[in-house]
Amino acid sequence: MSYTRPKFAHPALPKNKLGYTRKEYEGSLTTLCAGCGHDSIGAAIVEACWEMNIEPHKVAKLSGIGCSSKTPAYFLSNSHGFNSVHGRMPSVATGANLANKELIYLGVSGDGDTASIGMGQFVHVIRRNLNMTYIVMNNGCYGLTKGQDSATADVGSKNKQGNINMFEGIDLCALALELGATFVAQSFSGDKAQLVPLIQAAMSHPGFALINVLSPCVTFNNNVGSTKSYDYVREHVHATATLDYVPPMEEITTAYDQDETKLVKMHDGSWLQLHKLSQAWNPEDKVSTMNALQEAHKKNKILTGLLYVDESSKDLHELLETSDTPLNLLPQSALCPGQEKLDAINAKFR
Amino acid sequence: MSLNSKLNNFVVRFANVNGTGSASANHMFAKAIFRMGIPVTPKNIFPSNIQGLPTWYDVRISEKGYLGRKEGIDMMVCMNPQSMLQDIKSVSVGGYFMYDSTKVLHADFIREDIHYIGIPFTEICNKEYTDPRQRQLFKNIIYVGALSTLLNIEFGVLEGLVQDQFKGKEKLIAPNINALQLGVDYVMQNFKYPLDLQVERRDLLKDKILINGNTAAGIGAVYAGATVASWYPITPSTSLVEAYEKYAEKLRIDANGKRNFAVVQAEDELSALGMAIGANWNGARSFTATSGPGLSLMNEFLGLAYFSELPVVLVDVQRSGPSTGMPTRTQQSDLLLAAYASHGDTKHILLLPATPAECFEMMLDAFDLADQLQTPVMVLSDLDLGMNDYISSPLVFPEDRKYQKGKVLTAEDLQGMTKFGRYLDTDDDGIPYRTIPATHPTKGSFFTRGSSHDEYAVYTEDSPTYVRIVDRLTKKFETAKSMVPAPRFYSSENKSKYAMVFFGTSTYAAEEAMDILREQGLEIDALQIKAFPFSSSVNDFIEAHDQVFVIEQNRDAQMRSLLVNELEIDPKKLKKVLNYDGTPITANFIATTILSALGVQPVLKEGVVI
Repeated sequence: MSYTRPKFAHPALPKNKLGYTRKEYEGSLTTLCAGCGHDSIGAAIVEACWEMNIEPHKVAKLSGIGCSSKTPAYFLSNSHGFNSVHGRMPSVATGANLANKELIYLGVSGDGDTASIGMGQFVHVIRRNLNMTYIVMNNGCYGLTKGQDSATADVGSKNKQGNINMFEGIDLCALALELGATFVAQSFSGDKAQLVPLIQAAMSHPGFALINVLSPCVTFNNNVGSTKSYDYVREHVHATATLDYVPPMEEITTAYDQDETKLVKMHDGSWLQLHKLSQAWNPEDKVSTMNALQEAHKKNKILTGLLYVDESSKDLHELLETSDTPLNLLPQSALCPGQEKLDAINAKFR
Repeated sequence: MSLNSKLNNFVVRFANVNGTGSASANHMFAKAIFRMGIPVTPKNIFPSNIQGLPTWYDVRISEKGYLGRKEGIDMMVCMNPQSMLQDIKSVSVGGYFMYDSTKVLHADFIREDIHYIGIPFTEICNKEYTDPRQRQLFKNIIYVGALSTLLNIEFGVLEGLVQDQFKGKEKLIAPNINALQLGVDYVMQNFKYPLDLQVERRDLLKDKILINGNTAAGIGAVYAGATVASWYPITPSTSLVEAYEKYAEKLRIDANGKRNFAVVQAEDELSALGMAIGANWNGARSFTATSGPGLSLMNEFLGLAYFSELPVVLVDVQRSGPSTGMPTRTQQSDLLLAAYASHGDTKHILLLPATPAECFEMMLDAFDLADQLQTPVMVLSDLDLGMNDYISSPLVFPEDRKYQKGKVLTAEDLQGMTKFGRYLDTDDDGIPYRTIPATHPTKGSFFTRGSSHDEYAVYTEDSPTYVRIVDRLTKKFETAKSMVPAPRFYSSENKSKYAMVFFGTSTYAAEEAMDILREQGLEIDALQIKAFPFSSSVNDFIEAHDQVFVIEQNRDAQMRSLLVNELEIDPKKLKKVLNYDGTPITANFIATTILSALGVQPVLKEGVVI
């Protein structure tokens, strides 16, 4: 069941440039377990969109099946949502995006939805560099069916029943990099300060942006011995830098030492400021990111933050050379070539 | 057999090796007869192979305009030693066998009851050309030249075809005409010509065109306003999306040189349909094309589109199943899968084209119906129609035809609304109103889902609500019955207690069978079914007859099952006429089956082979 929130809003609530309070970006009340990491991610999405002054109806939310895929009902209720079928969100998002290049596409998926049943579509949406933000709410288990291991569960991780996972976990960030993803980030649902600017950066990125968010399952995978529990993730998380998102047209002000700060200019004129970036780390160099991920893996560290970004790539619309006008707005006069042209075609078949 | 019975009335079969360039030469032969105003039907009989295996090309020439397949080979042009023994056996008594006589035929290859026409093609080519590829390619053109003299095809027509084919590559024209001439010369010097098999110019085709169903459907998708095509390559549907892309590239480039369309080759058929559904959800007309194995995979998404009420167009160019089946052979065997695709209670709209012109028109209809009914619409073509050229009425897009986008709310509509309910049956026709994303800043948004939902698209497991929603879907399907293409009747009133019903490519053979049966003294009424769900007129037609023969190209009588199931007709009334060997059904087969079922002994007439 979805429950609606009360409509009442305190008049003193802060408003963004569009005159909207955060309420305009919220959804119905969550039906997930209390303390679920996914709800924190939903809250970060609300915050990111409100801060960026995004018109809610210009966002399309798409998901597959699973706990994660239910969440689009719990944020941005003024946006159209599409809860599709298990593992198939990327194809639906691709079609939707082709129909209208002007919306912001926010895909929400889980580790089962992405790394198992949806692996094929995940791989190919990356290859096509579809302009979308793809958030994986990754808890290493199947929550809705009561806690079976997923394909992102680490080898050796213990689940609630006490079973040890025998199989190698899939590292979605490393895989995405390998496949040519143009924006790869990793975060932790408990780190809103990092998550909000990452979501903003991902939405500004003109291509495929993956944010793999470790989001502990409080009910089925928060036990001792699990590598996706709150405690384990908190202990092993290693932020690559602190991150600020600076919207287009705003002045960059920094309290940090210039030498320690790396600026990444986004395609839409916004900036990312990465402070206290780890040594020998260049998020604009894929090889350095690959190495850092492997090193972290060896040391049982979970790297978070912006891992890789390439702002120069072409998205699917550019590759396909589609019209400037969204395809779904083209009138019959632009689409139907008319009988005269058809007569000429007929003549070729005589 | 009188001399004239074969005038404009015979079958030529070409036996070739796949990948030797014979296809364009064979097409030229068929097109030449078309340009002489004589009805002609070419059929490619090809293996699932790129190079090396035998391939055949049948050309039926029929003054009476019969376009279905016909048994019996009157002239075999055998260019493939591998299949020669089989090819010789398949020639009808009194027929002709043309072969490469560079090597002498072994005694095993000699039949006393057919005529042999040996032409030393290899020797001629070796003498004329030094390049091995040229030797191979021109051999094909030389046999076309030889045939033109033997069969009385006008040489000027062939010259015109060569000129058309090599427009832009003019230097290839003279060598090709020269090759044609080599064949002509050899026949003139060595044989009596023309044969009793011969053609003579007619004016039977008027404004008709010669086109395959996939091309017509691809052009149809362009004209229907499809902007997103997502697909996964599969025989025999591949050429449909290729045709869409080719014509879109010609007709849909905007003033900035950009494309008013997008074609995406998906990673599989699941994704292909997912993309098409996503685009339609977002207000762009979108489609995919596939064949049986792809349709199996698409079941999941068809259920989603049915239950969440999204328009989408899917063309299934059927081939022989089950599983991989015979990928390059035809069948009408996806009917039941398509009609009830997906788990749970589902029913889908099917359109059943029989001709290229219907392929075109039904693409226009499919997009309108999908938008109007907010549900998947499947166009069920088949390999025979999709990949073979047929004589067809020209493609027509009526000037006053407007895209029917159905019940889509605008920002103005929403502005005046207190509460939008995506699945409310406001008009009592089972069809709700929908909104496209980004229409209005604060009104009209909802959550599309394949899970159970109420009238406001909110998740529910409340039984009465669930029942209300699925019953409304049944009501919508009822509404569809009067919207889908009506069946075709062959006479304004019934003349017989017997009738036959058929659909798709079985139509050609069925129409010819009607004539054969009439000659045998059996008048039979007929109906071409063009869509599912069946309109009430289909029911009335069957009700009005004692016995109805259901003609189709599958083993399990799938159309018959649909008729029994949906119209609750007594199964005993519906007799099966089934061909499912992968070759197109023939008129003789239909006529013989019906006559034998009725216990009528056929009366053999001249020229009628039963």
